[in-house]
Amino acid sequence: MRNRYRASTALVAAVVAVILVVPASGQAPKKYNPPKTPWGDPDLQGVWNDATSTPLQRPANVGEKDTLSDEEAEEFQKSLAFDLSRDRRDGGNAADVNRAYNEHWMDARRLKITADRRTSLIVDPVDGRIPTLATVPPERQRVRASRAEAAARFAAGLPDNYTDMSWPVRCVVRTDVPPYLPTIYNNNFQIFQSPGYVTIAPEMIHSARIIPVDGRPHLNKGLRQWLGDTRGHWEGSTLVVETTNFKAEEGVLFQGANPATFTITERFTRVAPDSINYEFTVSDPTTWSRPWTALIPWNKVDPGEQMFEYACHEDNFDIVHFLTGARLREKNGETVGQRPARTAEER
Amino acid sequence: MQLRRMMVFLGVAGASVLLSLGVPPLFGQQRPQSGQQFPASYRAPRLADGHPDLNGIWQALVTANWDLQDHEAQPGPHPELSGAYAAGPAGQSIIEGGEIPYKPEALARKKSNFDNRLRVDVSDDKTWHALGDPEMKCYMPGVPRATYMPFPFQIVQGTGPSILMAYEFASATRIIRMNWEQAAPTDSWMGWSRGRWEGDTLVVDVTGQREETWFDRAGNYHSDALHVVERYTPASPYHMMYEATIEDPNVFTRPWKISFPLYRRMEKSIQLLEFKCVPFTEELLFGKFRKQAAR
Repeated sequence: MRNRYRASTALVAAVVAVILVVPASGQAPKKYNPPKTPWGDPDLQGVWNDATSTPLQRPANVGEKDTLSDEEAEEFQKSLAFDLSRDRRDGGNAADVNRAYNEHWMDARRLKITADRRTSLIVDPVDGRIPTLATVPPERQRVRASRAEAAARFAAGLPDNYTDMSWPVRCVVRTDVPPYLPTIYNNNFQIFQSPGYVTIAPEMIHSARIIPVDGRPHLNKGLRQWLGDTRGHWEGSTLVVETTNFKAEEGVLFQGANPATFTITERFTRVAPDSINYEFTVSDPTTWSRPWTALIPWNKVDPGEQMFEYACHEDNFDIVHFLTGARLREKNGETVGQRPARTAEER
Repeated sequence: MQLRRMMVFLGVAGASVLLSLGVPPLFGQQRPQSGQQFPASYRAPRLADGHPDLNGIWQALVTANWDLQDHEAQPGPHPELSGAYAAGPAGQSIIEGGEIPYKPEALARKKSNFDNRLRVDVSDDKTWHALGDPEMKCYMPGVPRATYMPFPFQIVQGTGPSILMAYEFASATRIIRMNWEQAAPTDSWMGWSRGRWEGDTLVVDVTGQREETWFDRAGNYHSDALHVVERYTPASPYHMMYEATIEDPNVFTRPWKISFPLYRRMEKSIQLLEFKCVPFTEELLFGKFRKQAAR
């Protein structure tokens, strides 16, 4: 009797726990069964787009709300779109013309918030913010300080050398490094499947992430790559992806995470015919106080729209323009301190 | 000793008698004739849609990336620095008939390409691409060069409407759109590839290639009118035959054809690795624009 009572208490507790946990990430409660490939894997194939205006971290002006009502959501979307839009006439002639790298080049989908009306892409921790570390180890602080100086020179239009520019500006890696985060353009990813593999081809920059799902071991630890070494497996209809062996260069990883201690797990779940939930959990005890998780919806692209080649390095005129401009400014006696840093928008 | 030599001699003689009579050998398998299907009746495994399964990591073993035509071994660009490192291997032409049918006026450009293959000047946007082998600058190699560079590539083939080809060099990729009608919407470095099956052969029609890519380090080149038709034919579990017909009325007097086998990489743990070569080129391309030390 006593045992049975205990068992039922445990059951109730477990049920309560499940109820408490499930709605946390805002997923649809009704389970969708994705189609299968002829060899039996859940079918994720197609061209998907991850653009959204919902910020990674929850902005202060929404308080603690993780999900908005319809009216609040409309207001939130409008204000984000206003800030993000480049088609503006409110900055005076100089500023408005400077926005000439304008909406034409941008992905219009980036002006809409996620369909589930969340206030941040981060779903864990519950405050929707990146759990930054109070004290970063001194050696990491030194590396960061030197990167910050290089970034300041670049922002002031006075880069010493191409090494002052970020890896994306140098066309080495862009949004093809996990975690996949939405950006201003080229937010497309095409998923191909073949027996034993899932392959993700990010539009920017033209690399293929060929993911074995056959249980083979990772590369040896010493063999590192810009995009790491990726292995996947299926958990129900979710593709779970583990990536290791990231290259050690500073700044390769998001938020300057430390490749030596960084781990990432990504989950791809097709939750509707035209939607994949892309969820990633990252951890790095030398960068963040605890692991954190974000959920980004991937929306199927209209079949008439396709992936295009994003060549980058081949016509990277910018690097030469930045450097020759800097040499000219030096000649004119300009220094980093005098020059206003350009805003992210102008860069 | 005598006896052994005699037996070897008899063995060789016997085998040649059998071959000359066209009688199949009694033991083991017949040696394949170079570049042919083996056996001739080979039928590739199928995917669920009934098409031949070309999935795998493949690599050419020809030296056409140095020169499509016959070439002798050659020293590297700076033998005084690197000795035999970077020297090029000899190789036979992979072209049907041996030579590329250049228009007379186009041959001069091939020669100047070669003479300037190691020079680079990116100080002016307008002449950004004028000098240097694009391979040296880590540009996507285009088609067919991507196929015979000394790097592997992977074919990712499911049952969807397109096949992906992923190349280790420069992480270049191209999507083969199957039975696709729409023509190239714009020029690109890897071109616009449309595929179809002809029996067991994957035929890929490639248009819309940027004019700046070259065929090899010898300066062989094309214009933006380049039209390539590739044929991938499975020949055994371990190799397939590759053929490409190359047409460009601006540069050549007639279409011409290259062919060579592609071999399956058989290592148990084989996977495509990264050859992200952009960082290897930055000093060459951009180094001279750096801040000079104060005098």
